[in-house]
Amino acid sequence: MPTLWFWLVAAAIAMYVIFDGFDIGVGILHFLAARDDAERARLLRVIGPVWDGNEVWLLAGGGTLYFAFPALYAASFSGFYLPLMIVLWLLILRGISIEFRNHIESHLWIPFWDAIFCGSSALLAVFFGAALGNVVRGVPLDESGLFFLPLWVNFLAPSPGNGLGVTGILDWYTISVGVAALATLGMHGALWVMLKTNGELHDRARVWRNRFWIAAGVFTVLITLESFSVQPHLAGSFRAAPWGFFFPALAITGFFGARFTRGLAAFLASCVYIAGMLCSAAFGLFPLVLPSNGEPHTSLTIQNSSAAAHGLSAGLVWWIPGMLLVTAYFVFTYRRLAGTVE
Amino acid sequence: MDSALFVHRLHFAFTITFHYLFPQLTMGLSLLIVILKTMAIRTGDPHYDDAARFWTRIFGINFAMGVVTGIPMEFQFGTNWAIFSRSAGGVIGQTLAMEGVFSFFLESTFLGLLVYGEKRMSRAMHWFAAFAVFAGSWLSGYFIIVTDAWMQHPVGYTLADGRFQIASFAEMLLNPWAAWQYAHNMTASVVTASFVVASIGSFYLLMGAYRRFGETFVRLGVICGCAASIIMIFPTGDGQGKMIALHQPVTLSAMEGLFDTAQGAPLALIGQPDVEKLRLDNPVVVPNMLSFLTYQRWHAEVKGLREYPRDRWPDNIPLLYFSYHIMVGLGTIFVAAMGASALMLWRGVLFTRRYMLWMLMLLLPFPYIATTAGWITAEVGRQPWLVYGLMRTAAGASPQVSAGNAWFTLLGFMGLYMVLGLLFLFLVQREIEHGPSASGAH
Ligand code: HDD
Ligand code: HEM
Ligand code: HEM
Repeated sequence: MPTLWFWLVAAAIAMYVIFDGFDIGVGILHFLAARDDAERARLLRVIGPVWDGNEVWLLAGGGTLYFAFPALYAASFSGFYLPLMIVLWLLILRGISIEFRNHIESHLWIPFWDAIFCGSSALLAVFFGAALGNVVRGVPLDESGLFFLPLWVNFLAPSPGNGLGVTGILDWYTISVGVAALATLGMHGALWVMLKTNGELHDRARVWRNRFWIAAGVFTVLITLESFSVQPHLAGSFRAAPWGFFFPALAITGFFGARFTRGLAAFLASCVYIAGMLCSAAFGLFPLVLPSNGEPHTSLTIQNSSAAAHGLSAGLVWWIPGMLLVTAYFVFTYRRLAGTVE
Repeated sequence: MDSALFVHRLHFAFTITFHYLFPQLTMGLSLLIVILKTMAIRTGDPHYDDAARFWTRIFGINFAMGVVTGIPMEFQFGTNWAIFSRSAGGVIGQTLAMEGVFSFFLESTFLGLLVYGEKRMSRAMHWFAAFAVFAGSWLSGYFIIVTDAWMQHPVGYTLADGRFQIASFAEMLLNPWAAWQYAHNMTASVVTASFVVASIGSFYLLMGAYRRFGETFVRLGVICGCAASIIMIFPTGDGQGKMIALHQPVTLSAMEGLFDTAQGAPLALIGQPDVEKLRLDNPVVVPNMLSFLTYQRWHAEVKGLREYPRDRWPDNIPLLYFSYHIMVGLGTIFVAAMGASALMLWRGVLFTRRYMLWMLMLLLPFPYIATTAGWITAEVGRQPWLVYGLMRTAAGASPQVSAGNAWFTLLGFMGLYMVLGLLFLFLVQREIEHGPSASGAH
């Protein structure tokens, strides 16, 4: 049962990254692809009716994590205290900028919210990537099952030779994962813009898709190498169960598909790439959910962090119909909004 | 002031109090918008569509604020209350996740249709969008109240190794505490929305602008506000009180400022509890009333605080006592004010009585105050327990998050929310100034 919930939580998080990922990506492109006010307004119309629904995946995924793995929720949310609060502030600023920008026609009001929207979107991508990096690398969990890490390391200080380097929530490794996420979501957002617009905006989005594609490729290779070196468990997992290579293979297929196919296929390929990357990480960590980088026995696993069996099976009873309902809403919304935005 | 626990509590209290300023209007207003849309269909008069559209614009701004301030609430269980989350997550995580899956998705799907879709849909379909937004927000209220009610009066759980687990979903969802709390709280949100609608209507009438809209708003606000204000006291407020008498008797004594056990306990209308000397200063009381209200017998015994060990007393009795009295006092005033307005409405003279319109206009902030006071009563009254009778608040906070870190983020939220609050008021003021338009386009 915990294994099933592990994959359900992973799926909910992947849905979040795929859906909210494209509107964050559109935010990253806000000044790059759009040249003037009218184009930026158009970009906002592309995501205006859907961003809130997309963001609910964060709440649904977070809530699911909360009841299925309470100990993991407690340890990670309190341990990543400051970065999560910063993420919350960014989410607040981003939501407000989308909703408030078009209320007043003014040369001060609009550019102000444009800048907030773009900046908060880009920083969110970096923070989400860094969060993933932290989970992969592991954190200094103690006997009580909790931890605390400083927000950042002194980037200029040489690392003491303890094999771990200096770790903080933001360190060289996690920031590189953050940049990879920025490039990936930039590409993902550009593909969505290409799908939903035509004319010059579409063409500029394509140029940026190509640029972000290259950056995402470089950083994907880099973080893959880094991840295997900071987290030895990953290699072990793939060695023990080689069928797991399916996930990286999926990611690679999606990655090339995102560049060399067109229209909806390219966007879906990008979704496959994101899902493949996330599932590779999940597979590599399994059955760990939050590895300890100190004493291995303090690591949180699906067994020692999950809720009791009755709660998990009771949860399934409403979760599955709930998700079918959500799928129906999404199909309905996206079909209604099909076509390009003028 | 410098203990981490204190800051965690203040952090939660501040962020949720701010959050709840918005959903209380969302939930009540969504009902009033459904009523306006229904009237539009029944009378065929586009005036009601125009009125609904005006309120939908304000609803949209309010909703955005509710969304962005709601997300931090969800996170804070983990960030600031890690030990609580670890032990109770298997229970309260379920209802919080259900809120996301069953109501937030529903609301966000149909709000888009309600706000942007009017021109492209039939009237019936647009009515349905309004109804779905209403259903979604009331459902979300239900899940959150069930969560809170479980902390007030835990049912349907098992406790092993310090971890709570669900034993019966049905029992948790049908918690009698939740039923009363939900009824009372949702009625309160109808009160808030009715007062807001009546207030803006009176403003237009006093200004001599948008006369027809002003009359519609005042009529709608007064009728709904009068009904809801009465329901606030009876049966829902009374029902909540009985639940407390039954399950949290020490809280009841603290709310009422009753230090000494009495047969035929008095109801204190005014007075300041003195927790050092264990008495009520300057009391104005109605003899025997508390016994009657609680047990329907004039001479029933009500236990005073002295009967309970001190470590079970709510830790801030003056705050509890005053917030309760503010809520009840305002509730009584609301019934009087709305009752008088409804009478004049019925006699057809309300729109020309300027002093009544002034009063309705100025009442606008008070439902917010009453609701906030009510929640402070509920939450401070639950102290010193986080899960009543089972887990102490002091045991629930995140041990590794220092007071300094919590102060940093609390101040951050205060600053950010102050800016958001000003922006919100500014935008709503613009909408009110811009006014409802009778054209059919927006
Ligand atoms: C417009 C707002 C409003 C008004 C006029 C009233 N209330 Fe209230 N009350 C609330 C808004 C509220 C609330 C904010 O909605 C609370 C907090 C928790 C809840 O479920 O409802 C609440 C809670 C609450 C509680 C529970 C406290 C606890 O759980 O410890 C009681 C006993 C009452 N109310 C009683 C009353 C009575 C007897 C009223 C008669 C005048 C009254 N309320 C008016
Ligand atoms: C909008 C309505 C609410 C308001 C205004 C409110 C207000 C408060 C206040 C004032 C406190 C501080 C109490 C103290 O420290 O003495 C508090 C604490 C708390 N409340 Fe609420 N509350 C609301 C709803 C909820 C709900 C729905 C939940 C649960 C789902 C909840 C869970 C908590 C928790 C976990 C704490 C912290 C622990 C504690 O101090 O007891 N609250 N809230
Ligand atoms: C600890 C307590 C609370 C948590 C964790 C919480 C969480 C949230 C979240 C995450 C949202 C945004 C949803 C979206 O993205 O669409 C939200 C909005 C909302 N919340 Fe809360 N909330 C809390 C307290 C309350 C209370 C006490 C109520 C009412 C009884 C309430 C009613 C609503 C409603 C109706 C919305 C819809 C949008 C709006 O606010 O206008 N919430 N809440």
